[in-house]
Amino acid sequence: MQQIFNFIYKNSNRLLFLLLLGISLFLSIQSHSYHRSKIISSANFLSGGVYERINNVSEYFNLRTQNDALAQENAKLRSLLFKVKDTTAIPKLDSIKGLHPDDIIVSKVIHNTFNTHENYLTLNSGSLQGVKPDMGVINSLGIVGIIDNTSDNYSTVISILNIKSQINAKLKKSNHFGSLTWDGKSTGFVQLTDVPRLASIRKGDTIVTGGQSVIFPENINIGTINRIYFENETHYYKIEVKLFNDMTNLGHVYVIKSKNREEIINLEKKEEKDE
Amino acid sequence: MNSTLFVNIFRFILLLAVQIVIFNNMNFLGYISPYPYILFIILYPVNGNKSGLLVASFFLGLIMDMFSNSGGIHTAACVILAYYRPYLFKFSFGLSYEYQTVKLNDVVTPERFSFILLSVLIHHFVLFVLEAFKISFFWDILIRTILSTVFTIIICIIIIYLIKPNKR
Repeated sequence: MQQIFNFIYKNSNRLLFLLLLGISLFLSIQSHSYHRSKIISSANFLSGGVYERINNVSEYFNLRTQNDALAQENAKLRSLLFKVKDTTAIPKLDSIKGLHPDDIIVSKVIHNTFNTHENYLTLNSGSLQGVKPDMGVINSLGIVGIIDNTSDNYSTVISILNIKSQINAKLKKSNHFGSLTWDGKSTGFVQLTDVPRLASIRKGDTIVTGGQSVIFPENINIGTINRIYFENETHYYKIEVKLFNDMTNLGHVYVIKSKNREEIINLEKKEEKDE
Repeated sequence: MNSTLFVNIFRFILLLAVQIVIFNNMNFLGYISPYPYILFIILYPVNGNKSGLLVASFFLGLIMDMFSNSGGIHTAACVILAYYRPYLFKFSFGLSYEYQTVKLNDVVTPERFSFILLSVLIHHFVLFVLEAFKISFFWDILIRTILSTVFTIIICIIIIYLIKPNKR
């Protein structure tokens, strides 16, 4: 017994080191799985609050680009408005296909990273505003990411510039779909894999979100084809997609509440149980 | 003793704040950012409490991780650096470092520089290995470690010169 105490006393430093290292390695390994630890995320009140303060100052630096983006969106919406001939028959749909306006939560990016392999954004709206994990986040130009964690007033988003993110996407003109991933290299480009060889694709074609995803509605812009690779082993195309969005400069974003999502998920669960 | 404690707590908070507000937003060439917050571990008193340093660097890393959504990679890197710091001292300043009065925040001599270089290198290497966690990113890890190390060292040395206590 005496020896055990002696041993612990002598090696207290090393044991403390091993304990702390163990905790940190556990946290880092856990963070590599899709559903992450809820404790260490910038959605908590401390880091969220600090980021909101910092953002209050730094948003003045890119007011001009944000204004431009909003003005462009305004112009687009206005042109849509003028195209409607019979004003009494305005369909109660937003420009995003199939969604009612109350399905959208306007939010602001208060922190944005794009220099690591696993990038996250922090938004200034959380569960009190109705944000839940696995909702889609878009802005006027295209998709941004998927909600990961939420606290009362803040939420974190898995950016599309994250090697863990995987989003169903398709060609706008032909409905051939694939999955959208990021290889961790350039912030302007993502990769669309598993597009079948039958698809006729050309440089410059538009890529939009696919209908298989329960997170995003169909036909939200992602980007245009920049380069096409053909993989000999798998006979699928690998496409480099140039994003419409500048992921390094994000201001206001929209969080999409998909009404059908829970229904679809419940249905699929039921199916699995039946088997 | 009390003033050392106070200086260290002050350094802890100040370095974290500067790191989060300024250096985390610095993205040189798109992906290189400096991490001068580890100056806290480097400048910790040589004969200070080792367990205290371990615990302090654990929380230093934990707060960094919280702010950068990175799980526990900063924590692990900081704890490893804090634990191996005495060995680095031995390597850079010779065996009898504990009996000399090693003062780090002073003019940069070769010994001090080698100590800072090794510390930053170890920290960044652990950091980027844990961040990628894949062998396929090997060259990426290596390049980012080296470039970020250079960047961090430059900023660390600038900070050391800036906060150097005035003589007389």
